[in-house]
Amino acid sequence: MSVKVMIPTPLRQYTEKRDAVELEATTVAEALRGLAEKYEGLRKHLYNEEGRLRSFVNIYLNDEDIRYLEKDKTPLNDNDVISIVPSIAGGRTLRCTCS
Amino acid sequence: MDSIRRHGTRDYPNECCGALLGVEEGGIKEVVDLAPLLNLRADRARAGEVLPLTAPERESERNRFLIDPAELLRVERESRARGLDIVGFYHSHPDHPARPSVYDREHALPWYSYVIIAVEAGRAGPIASWRLREDRSSFEEEAVEAVGAKT
Repeated sequence: MSVKVMIPTPLRQYTEKRDAVELEATTVAEALRGLAEKYEGLRKHLYNEEGRLRSFVNIYLNDEDIRYLEKDKTPLNDNDVISIVPSIAGGRTLRCTCS
Repeated sequence: MDSIRRHGTRDYPNECCGALLGVEEGGIKEVVDLAPLLNLRADRARAGEVLPLTAPERESERNRFLIDPAELLRVERESRARGLDIVGFYHSHPDHPARPSVYDREHALPWYSYVIIAVEAGRAGPIASWRLREDRSSFEEEAVEAVGAKT
Protein backbone atom coordinates (compact mmCIF):
# COMPACT_ATOMS: atom_id res chain seq x y z
CA MET A 1 0.00 0.00 0.00
CA SER A 2 1.27 3.50 -0.79
CA VAL A 3 1.23 5.55 2.39
CA LYS A 4 2.64 8.84 3.62
CA VAL A 5 4.47 9.31 6.91
CA MET A 6 4.41 12.85 8.34
CA ILE A 7 7.69 13.80 9.99
CA PRO A 8 7.71 16.14 13.01
CA THR A 9 9.94 19.20 12.76
CA PRO A 10 12.81 17.95 14.98
CA LEU A 11 13.29 14.83 12.87
CA ARG A 12 13.28 16.48 9.44
CA GLN A 13 17.03 17.00 9.65
CA TYR A 14 17.27 13.22 9.09
CA THR A 15 14.83 13.05 6.16
CA GLU A 16 16.54 15.55 3.85
CA LYS A 17 14.24 18.23 5.33
CA ARG A 18 11.16 16.44 4.06
CA ASP A 19 8.02 16.86 6.17
CA ALA A 20 6.43 13.81 4.54
CA VAL A 21 7.91 10.55 3.25
CA GLU A 22 6.07 8.18 0.91
CA LEU A 23 6.52 4.47 1.41
CA GLU A 24 5.11 1.09 0.48
CA ALA A 25 3.95 -0.93 3.50
CA THR A 26 1.11 -3.20 4.65
CA THR A 27 1.18 -2.42 8.39
CA VAL A 28 2.18 0.50 10.57
CA ALA A 29 5.18 -1.48 11.90
CA GLU A 30 6.40 -2.12 8.37
CA ALA A 31 6.04 1.55 7.44
CA LEU A 32 8.04 2.69 10.45
CA ARG A 33 10.74 0.09 9.87
CA GLY A 34 10.92 1.13 6.24
CA LEU A 35 11.26 4.75 7.31
CA ALA A 36 14.13 3.95 9.71
CA GLU A 37 15.87 1.88 7.02
CA LYS A 38 15.58 4.68 4.50
CA TYR A 39 16.74 7.34 6.97
CA GLU A 40 19.10 5.72 9.48
CA GLY A 41 19.50 8.91 11.52
CA LEU A 42 15.90 8.58 12.66
CA ARG A 43 16.38 5.19 14.22
CA LYS A 44 17.91 6.20 17.56
CA HIS A 45 15.22 8.81 18.14
CA LEU A 46 12.31 6.50 17.27
CA TYR A 47 13.55 3.22 18.79
CA ASN A 48 15.23 2.39 22.09
CA GLU A 49 18.22 0.07 22.54
CA GLU A 50 15.88 -2.95 22.62
CA GLY A 51 14.49 -2.06 19.21
CA ARG A 52 11.09 -0.96 20.55
CA LEU A 53 9.43 2.34 19.74
CA ARG A 54 10.37 4.87 22.42
CA SER A 55 7.59 5.31 24.94
CA PHE A 56 7.08 8.96 24.05
CA VAL A 57 6.59 8.26 20.31
CA ASN A 58 2.88 8.27 19.46
CA ILE A 59 1.69 7.09 16.09
CA TYR A 60 -1.53 8.29 14.52
CA LEU A 61 -3.13 6.70 11.48
CA ASN A 62 -5.38 9.21 9.76
CA ASP A 63 -5.86 11.12 13.04
CA GLU A 64 -6.52 7.99 15.13
CA ASP A 65 -4.03 6.92 17.78
CA ILE A 66 -2.91 3.39 16.85
CA ARG A 67 -3.00 2.28 20.49
CA TYR A 68 -6.81 2.30 20.02
CA LEU A 69 -6.56 0.38 16.75
CA GLU A 70 -4.30 -2.65 16.38
CA LYS A 71 -1.15 -0.85 17.54
CA ASP A 72 1.74 -1.38 15.16
CA LYS A 73 -0.03 -4.34 13.54
CA THR A 74 -2.70 -1.96 12.23
CA PRO A 75 -3.14 -2.70 8.53
CA LEU A 76 -2.74 0.08 5.99
CA ASN A 77 -4.72 1.15 2.93
CA ASP A 78 -3.62 3.18 -0.06
CA ASN A 79 -3.23 6.90 0.69
CA ASP A 80 -3.24 6.40 4.47
CA VAL A 81 -1.37 9.06 6.41
CA ILE A 82 0.76 8.07 9.39
CA SER A 83 1.77 10.89 11.76
CA ILE A 84 4.61 10.66 14.25
CA VAL A 85 3.59 12.78 17.23
CA PRO A 86 5.92 12.87 20.22
CA SER A 87 4.59 13.09 23.75
CA ILE A 88 6.46 16.03 25.13
CA ALA A 89 7.44 14.97 28.62
CA GLY A 90 10.01 15.60 31.28
CA GLY A 91 10.45 16.58 34.87
CA ARG A 92 12.93 17.25 37.57
CA THR A 93 15.14 14.70 39.23
CA LEU A 94 13.14 12.92 41.91
CA ARG A 95 15.84 13.26 44.52
CA CYS A 96 18.14 16.18 43.78
CA THR A 97 21.71 16.11 44.94
CA CYS A 98 22.60 19.13 42.82
CA SER A 99 24.55 21.94 44.37
CA MET B 1 10.28 35.30 29.61
CA ASP B 2 8.00 37.08 32.08
CA SER B 3 5.11 34.89 30.91
CA ILE B 4 7.16 31.78 31.67
CA ARG B 5 7.97 33.18 35.13
CA ARG B 6 4.30 33.91 35.80
CA HIS B 7 3.20 30.47 34.58
CA GLY B 8 5.86 28.75 36.70
CA THR B 9 4.90 30.60 39.90
CA ARG B 10 1.16 30.25 39.24
CA ASP B 11 1.39 26.46 38.89
CA TYR B 12 3.87 25.94 41.74
CA PRO B 13 4.31 23.44 43.40
CA ASN B 14 3.35 21.65 40.19
CA GLU B 15 5.37 21.69 36.99
CA CYS B 16 4.01 23.99 34.31
CA CYS B 17 4.57 23.48 30.60
CA GLY B 18 4.00 25.10 27.24
CA ALA B 19 5.19 25.42 23.67
CA LEU B 20 7.54 28.02 22.22
CA LEU B 21 6.35 29.35 18.89
CA GLY B 22 8.65 31.11 16.49
CA VAL B 23 10.98 30.74 13.54
CA GLU B 24 14.44 29.34 13.06
CA GLU B 25 17.00 30.73 10.70
CA GLY B 26 20.69 30.08 10.48
CA GLY B 27 20.69 28.06 13.68
CA ILE B 28 19.07 30.85 15.72
CA LYS B 29 15.53 30.48 17.00
CA GLU B 30 13.38 33.52 17.57
CA VAL B 31 10.48 32.86 19.92
CA VAL B 32 7.61 35.23 19.19
CA ASP B 33 4.83 33.67 21.22
CA LEU B 34 4.09 31.05 23.83
CA ALA B 35 1.32 28.49 24.08
CA PRO B 36 0.82 27.64 27.77
CA LEU B 37 -0.50 24.12 27.97
CA LEU B 38 -2.10 21.86 30.51
CA ASN B 39 0.24 19.52 32.36
CA LEU B 40 -1.54 16.27 31.52
CA ARG B 41 0.01 14.62 34.59
CA ALA B 42 -2.80 16.31 36.56
CA ASP B 43 -5.19 13.93 34.72
CA ARG B 44 -3.84 10.60 35.88
CA ALA B 45 -6.14 8.43 33.81
CA ARG B 46 -5.50 10.15 30.49
CA ALA B 47 -1.79 10.65 31.19
CA GLY B 48 -1.43 6.97 32.02
CA GLU B 49 -2.85 6.06 28.61
CA VAL B 50 -0.44 8.38 26.82
CA LEU B 51 2.76 7.78 28.77
CA PRO B 52 2.63 5.63 31.92
CA LEU B 53 4.72 6.69 34.90
CA THR B 54 7.63 4.43 35.77
CA ALA B 55 7.40 5.06 39.53
CA PRO B 56 3.80 6.23 40.15
CA GLU B 57 4.24 6.22 43.93
CA ARG B 58 6.85 8.97 43.60
CA GLU B 59 5.85 10.73 40.39
CA SER B 60 3.09 13.27 39.87
CA GLU B 61 2.47 16.69 38.40
CA ARG B 62 4.81 18.02 41.10
CA ASN B 63 7.84 16.50 39.39
CA ARG B 64 6.64 15.45 35.93
CA PHE B 65 5.03 17.21 33.00
CA LEU B 66 3.34 15.74 29.95
CA ILE B 67 1.78 17.50 26.96
CA ASP B 68 -1.15 15.70 25.38
CA PRO B 69 -0.15 14.73 21.79
CA ALA B 70 -3.61 15.79 20.62
CA GLU B 71 -2.90 19.27 22.05
CA LEU B 72 0.49 19.27 20.36
CA LEU B 73 -1.18 18.56 17.01
CA ARG B 74 -3.62 21.42 17.61
CA VAL B 75 -0.88 23.89 18.53
CA GLU B 76 1.17 22.80 15.51
CA ARG B 77 -1.73 23.39 13.13
CA GLU B 78 -2.56 26.77 14.69
CA SER B 79 1.04 27.94 14.67
CA ARG B 80 1.54 26.85 11.04
CA ALA B 81 -1.53 28.89 10.10
CA ARG B 82 0.31 31.90 11.58
CA GLY B 83 3.52 31.11 9.73
CA LEU B 84 5.21 29.92 12.89
CA ASP B 85 6.75 26.64 14.03
CA ILE B 86 6.95 25.00 17.42
CA VAL B 87 10.65 25.60 18.11
CA GLY B 88 10.68 24.11 21.59
CA PHE B 89 8.98 23.79 24.92
CA TYR B 90 9.23 25.23 28.38
CA HIS B 91 8.59 23.68 31.75
CA SER B 92 9.32 24.46 35.36
CA HIS B 93 11.33 22.64 37.98
CA PRO B 94 9.76 23.32 41.39
CA ASP B 95 12.49 23.53 44.05
CA HIS B 96 15.08 22.19 41.62
CA PRO B 97 17.72 23.85 39.41
CA ALA B 98 16.98 24.85 35.82
CA ARG B 99 19.05 21.93 34.56
CA PRO B 100 17.66 18.95 32.69
CA SER B 101 17.28 15.68 34.50
CA VAL B 102 17.92 12.16 33.20
CA TYR B 103 14.15 11.90 32.74
CA ASP B 104 14.21 15.09 30.66
CA ARG B 105 16.96 13.62 28.48
CA GLU B 106 15.24 10.26 28.02
CA HIS B 107 12.14 12.00 26.69
CA ALA B 108 13.72 14.75 24.61
CA LEU B 109 14.01 15.13 20.86
CA PRO B 110 16.85 16.82 18.99
CA TRP B 111 16.53 20.30 17.52
CA TYR B 112 13.88 21.53 19.97
CA SER B 113 14.93 24.08 22.57
CA TYR B 114 13.95 22.97 26.05
CA VAL B 115 13.58 25.99 28.31
CA ILE B 116 13.54 25.22 32.01
CA ILE B 117 12.71 27.66 34.79
CA ALA B 118 13.60 26.96 38.40
CA VAL B 119 10.82 27.91 40.82
CA GLU B 120 12.15 27.93 44.36
CA ALA B 121 9.56 28.10 47.14
CA GLY B 122 7.08 29.66 44.74
CA ARG B 123 9.46 32.30 43.40
CA ALA B 124 10.71 32.34 39.82
CA GLY B 125 14.41 31.71 39.57
CA PRO B 126 16.90 31.18 36.76
CA ILE B 127 15.82 30.26 33.25
CA ALA B 128 18.04 28.18 30.97
CA SER B 129 17.60 26.65 27.53
CA TRP B 130 18.91 23.28 26.47
CA ARG B 131 19.21 21.31 23.27
CA LEU B 132 19.66 17.52 23.10
CA ARG B 133 22.89 16.36 21.47
CA GLU B 134 22.52 14.19 18.36
CA ASP B 135 23.76 11.06 20.12
CA ARG B 136 21.23 11.63 22.96
CA SER B 137 24.06 11.49 25.51
CA SER B 138 23.42 14.87 27.12
CA PHE B 139 22.11 18.39 26.57
CA GLU B 140 24.04 21.40 25.38
CA GLU B 141 23.11 24.72 26.98
CA GLU B 142 21.99 27.43 24.59
CA ALA B 143 22.40 31.17 24.94
CA VAL B 144 19.11 32.97 25.57
CA GLU B 145 18.60 36.63 24.84
CA ALA B 146 15.45 38.66 25.48
CA VAL B 147 14.74 40.95 22.55
CA GLY B 148 11.90 43.01 23.87
CA ALA B 149 8.95 40.78 22.93
CA LYS B 150 6.30 40.10 25.56
CA THR B 151 7.12 36.46 26.24
